[in-house]
Amino acid sequence: MSKRKTERLLGLVVCLLSTRRYLTAGQIRDAVPGYPESEDVFKRMFERDKEDLRDLGVPLETGLNHPFDEEAGYRIRQQAYELPELHLEADEAAVLGLAARVWRRAELAGAANGALLKLRAAGMDNAAIQQDIEPRLSTPEPAFGPLWEAVRDRRPVRFAHRAAGRSEPQSRELEPWGVVNRKGRWYVAGWDRGRQATRVFRLDRIAGPVKFCGLPGSVIVPAGTDVRELVRDWDSVPAREHTAVLRVRTGAGVGLRRHGDVVPDVEPGWDEVTTRYREVSWFADYAAWFGPDVVVLDPPDLREAVIARLKGVLA
Amino acid sequence: MSALVTSTERLQRLLALVPYVVSRKVVGLADTATAFGVSQRELVDDLNMLWCVELRSPDPYCPIDLSYEGGEIMVSQAESIGRPLRLAVDEASALLVALRMLAEVPGGNQDRSALTRLIAKLEAAAGEAASASAQVAVQVEINNGQGFADQIRLALDSGRRVHLRYYVPGRDETTERDVDPMRLLLVEGRPYLEGWCLRAEGMRLFRLDRVLALDVLDIQAAPPPEAEHVDVDSGLFRPSEADVRVELELSPEGRWVAEYYPYESLAELTDGWVRVVLRTPDTGWVRRLALRLGEDGRVVAPSTLVDEIRTAAAAALDNYR
Repeated sequence: MSKRKTERLLGLVVCLLSTRRYLTAGQIRDAVPGYPESEDVFKRMFERDKEDLRDLGVPLETGLNHPFDEEAGYRIRQQAYELPELHLEADEAAVLGLAARVWRRAELAGAANGALLKLRAAGMDNAAIQQDIEPRLSTPEPAFGPLWEAVRDRRPVRFAHRAAGRSEPQSRELEPWGVVNRKGRWYVAGWDRGRQATRVFRLDRIAGPVKFCGLPGSVIVPAGTDVRELVRDWDSVPAREHTAVLRVRTGAGVGLRRHGDVVPDVEPGWDEVTTRYREVSWFADYAAWFGPDVVVLDPPDLREAVIARLKGVLA
Repeated sequence: MSALVTSTERLQRLLALVPYVVSRKVVGLADTATAFGVSQRELVDDLNMLWCVELRSPDPYCPIDLSYEGGEIMVSQAESIGRPLRLAVDEASALLVALRMLAEVPGGNQDRSALTRLIAKLEAAAGEAASASAQVAVQVEINNGQGFADQIRLALDSGRRVHLRYYVPGRDETTERDVDPMRLLLVEGRPYLEGWCLRAEGMRLFRLDRVLALDVLDIQAAPPPEAEHVDVDSGLFRPSEADVRVELELSPEGRWVAEYYPYESLAELTDGWVRVVLRTPDTGWVRRLALRLGEDGRVVAPSTLVDEIRTAAAAALDNYR
């Protein structure tokens, strides 16, 4: 941290807020202490300072005081700078404290704390925080940070993605529309430029860096896009169209019985469970999980699929 | 900590500090330092820096006047930075996404009203900065646990014990237990009851979607003094040294296992296979997992588990003869 830089930036903000006229770079250099004599060094430093302020969200405006002015100037409009009046009740402040804790160990932790700081600065009480509910999100995927930036700034990205069941990652170019957490996993939805289609990718299957491949603002999210819905559809499971008839050992297969019709004691020690399922391979996985406690009687393809798994174990 | 703070981060703090004092008229040094997470010394440095701001042109003047004598801060002249800077896109999004997630949790009607009011106020205050937050969403998974979350909050509010019928898929077992609820956790969008389990005599986490039945009992919850909260920030399920070390090899089709279960290490093998090492207190679920994986998974160690799996597979196959 450079103390001199902080002082200079602080002076710059105060200076530009207190002027109604646009100030040229030269006028700013005269007013704000800390800028160097050398014109070149000053220019570079001033450029960086402007960028730092914009990164902080300071609404720096550029304009001319008079149409015939040759050099553009800068100012910060008080109204654009200030957080609007905001009065929070005690219960609202408590909920807000809870919300800020959600990101505690995740990508947006700094942003959440920054927001809290501003709201406290606006007069919000440091309310007592509820202790009986503890919400948390994590973003262990390195892709989260760059993808959130890309979504926020509407920039296309390129990354390598390893599809399920494949060992080789493939390169994708995506116009990202949104990031969604579903069942504890992060997904990005958008327009896949290579496939010319809407696509959803799991962040934990992105291998290597996510790189921007276009300018901010160059991604247009189609009107009416609901990213939650896109991810839900992508992840959705077909209807339970098939029926399985199973022998289930008495007292076992609780998970199976929850969704099925049970006829007890069809033979000593065994009940019969009839249940609906969506997909053979998925349900064969599930039936095999119960090992010798569940036997598939029907249909034959499901029966064969379970047998294949068990033989695979012994192979 | 100050060594790690960048110039812009400190600037953020300085810009919040003036309005923090202004909106409260007078504040104590110690309280303010706590609120900003800095030492009193750092705070005094900040105040001095603010007081020293000087503009030299057209006429030299010092726009900010403040004092912190006797441990109390007062700002008599705040000039243009008397109000906080508006919320940045990241800041507004972090809060709004989290609030909308909380709004999905069933129960807690008081909170719900506060949540709705707060979301509206923040959206209004953030203005344009709020729009990006619509592109991020967290869905709360409450398939079966819906009503239970409500009951748990009720039990927490009234400090009462609950009775659970709880399903343990790894053992394919239904258990009955009395639990003194401590907290409702919402981790990665999934709700859990954290509580003192009287049967296990220990702190336990219960996934709400595995609760089969829940009754709020007419008994005062009395978790013992040694009942300590689970440290949510270091992961809910931490392996312990006492756990069994399992080595498991997975085909490309079986690789999803490494995405679902926490593992200790992962090594790439040939043909897209990987070997993962994981630790678990109960190998029952690994046996079931191996049966499910068939030829897409191979448990390599421990050898007792390898035998157990083969025995189970053979017994299951016998059922088909």
